[in-house]
Amino acid sequence: MSQDTLFDKVWELHKVASLPGGSDQIFIGLHLIHEVTSPQAFGALKDKNLKVKFPNRTVATVDHIVPTDNQSRPFKDNLAEQMIDTLEKNCLEHKIKFFNIGSGKQGIVHVVAPELGLTQPGMTIACGDSHTSTHGAFGAIAFGIGTSQVRDILASQTIAMNKLKVRQIWCENQLSNGIYAKDLVLHIINYLGVKAGVGYAYEFAGPAISALSMEERMTICNMSIEGGARCGYINPDEITFNYIKDRLCSPQNENWDKAIKWWESLQSNENSIYDDVVKIDASKVEPTVTWGITPGQSIGINQKIPSLREIHANDQFIAGEAYEYMGFKPGQPIKDTPIDVCFIGSCTNGRISDLRVAAKVLGEHKIAKNVKAFVVPGSEKVAKEAKDEGLDKIFLNAGFQWRDPGCSMCLAMNSDKLVGNQVSASSSNRNFKGRQGSPSGRTLLMSPAMVAAAAINGKVSDVRDFLKNE
Amino acid sequence: MNSKFIPPAGQISEINGKCISLVGDDIDTDRIIPARFLKCVNFDSLGKSVFDDDRKALQGNHPFDMVSNKDASILIVNSNFGCGSSREHAPQALMRWGIQAIIGESFADIFYSNCIAIGIPCFTLSKKSINIIQKFIEKNKNLFFNIDLVESYASSTNLNFKLEIKETSRKMFLSGEWDTTSKLMDNSYLIEKKLNNLPYIKFNSNF
Repeated sequence: MSQDTLFDKVWELHKVASLPGGSDQIFIGLHLIHEVTSPQAFGALKDKNLKVKFPNRTVATVDHIVPTDNQSRPFKDNLAEQMIDTLEKNCLEHKIKFFNIGSGKQGIVHVVAPELGLTQPGMTIACGDSHTSTHGAFGAIAFGIGTSQVRDILASQTIAMNKLKVRQIWCENQLSNGIYAKDLVLHIINYLGVKAGVGYAYEFAGPAISALSMEERMTICNMSIEGGARCGYINPDEITFNYIKDRLCSPQNENWDKAIKWWESLQSNENSIYDDVVKIDASKVEPTVTWGITPGQSIGINQKIPSLREIHANDQFIAGEAYEYMGFKPGQPIKDTPIDVCFIGSCTNGRISDLRVAAKVLGEHKIAKNVKAFVVPGSEKVAKEAKDEGLDKIFLNAGFQWRDPGCSMCLAMNSDKLVGNQVSASSSNRNFKGRQGSPSGRTLLMSPAMVAAAAINGKVSDVRDFLKNE
Repeated sequence: MNSKFIPPAGQISEINGKCISLVGDDIDTDRIIPARFLKCVNFDSLGKSVFDDDRKALQGNHPFDMVSNKDASILIVNSNFGCGSSREHAPQALMRWGIQAIIGESFADIFYSNCIAIGIPCFTLSKKSINIIQKFIEKNKNLFFNIDLVESYASSTNLNFKLEIKETSRKMFLSGEWDTTSKLMDNSYLIEKKLNNLPYIKFNSNF
């Protein structure tokens, strides 16, 4: 059993009680809600005649269903309008802070909370969304929950949960030029498999992790859940503190020094004991692309799609399904696979640094004919920063569409969808069957830089070819 | 699909029903209920849309469409079932179709806790045992299990298995405390004490 890791310390600090069945009652410091997984929870409160216990510990925004082409109200889609309307009413009735469209603070919940300084080390953070693991990048214990648990947090600010085991993923050496956090996390998920994290929290550590910016760390922790770990985290350090400083909700003045002192005390250290430790050599990571229907089915840009013989017996069934669904053959290279749609955005890679990297690759290039490409900034703040830097012009000039913030084609709950069996190069997090809105649509996950390269060439390309003259 | 849906309530110690087998690893919650069906403010109409894309692709040959699986209530699955999105809509859709318990090789964490929270016990068995059950169903069409949560045992005239289930979950079903809200609220005093003792509550004046 793990001891003295950041996870253990934060868990113990938030433990309210041991419940009769043996699970722990855990206090949730920050509860984030959005329009898709909260209405039924508010409905349940109403049915039971309950109030929200601590309304100021819950923060709301709207992201999953918002259109990205025209956000004026009412939305064209009646169901989407009904959902945002329900969220507005629930927040008003229960006095919950809501960052609505046009507030300058709306966006994907996992982009918004960090940029407002809401996300801080040592907190427990929960949201009815599996990518809540993103917030672990700050040394918070953050995880996705279902609607019944949203109800429980609204009613009691706590949930019943069994403590997770802790696996440290030690990333040695450094990523090479043209290799990004997305490549590293896809590599890790491929190496460990999509279910290795079940029952675990992942602690990402080592020189390759310490060197990452906060936004890159968020990309890593965001995809913990794709490796089966509902929680992933990174110990907070100077990079974390510098990111949080002077944000809207961060500790101010004399509280700032107290906060840093406390945050530093939470770090895992040489006395920490883990349930498991895995080592990864970051210098071996290549630009990585998925070829299948799980985020674990990925290869380096110069590798070939593996044959059944090269795949572990336990993964052969899903590999067979992947060949058939994707229309790819074992032994086929992934490089030069034709692309129909390019999507840059999502809670994984829709932040300002992602847009900067993609814009740099684009430069003066134009995207290939027949490719539809669009950028969906992760938040209104990201959109504004990008415009201030002129990034929108670079994307538009290249032939990308510039959209308004939201989850968009990551899960295709709005009108941004693949059509038929189109192939998308996507900076998002899931390549599941039908994930991007068409029951036969095909998704290749990659870094935003790789998406930009694919857009220029109209096919899967090695982004390093665009960075050679640096 | 069961015509009238009555949500489970109170103590759950026994489940009797026909088994339905769904073969495949890593079946994610987007497949269980595609995102377009999440545009709703309640769960009521999800049952008919469970596995919508997969069922359309198989044109009537999906297990959830087969006449032989009508009125089935115990779902037999393989490994990492329910991975991906945290949407509770997935177990809600299964439950509203008629599923009352799931037996599989393994479950994704969030899906598992969602099932427990709405009263669907999830049990695990070895890959070998699951294969035996799935082959039996494929051949004989009918398998009725009596699942006893006291003994964690699935029995039928042909096949019998000692089931694995997390002890915390098993106890919650037997006591009826899987419906957690009121139990959590009982500790109101401790919750308020906890709030006041958390360092970050003190130094965050802005929220």
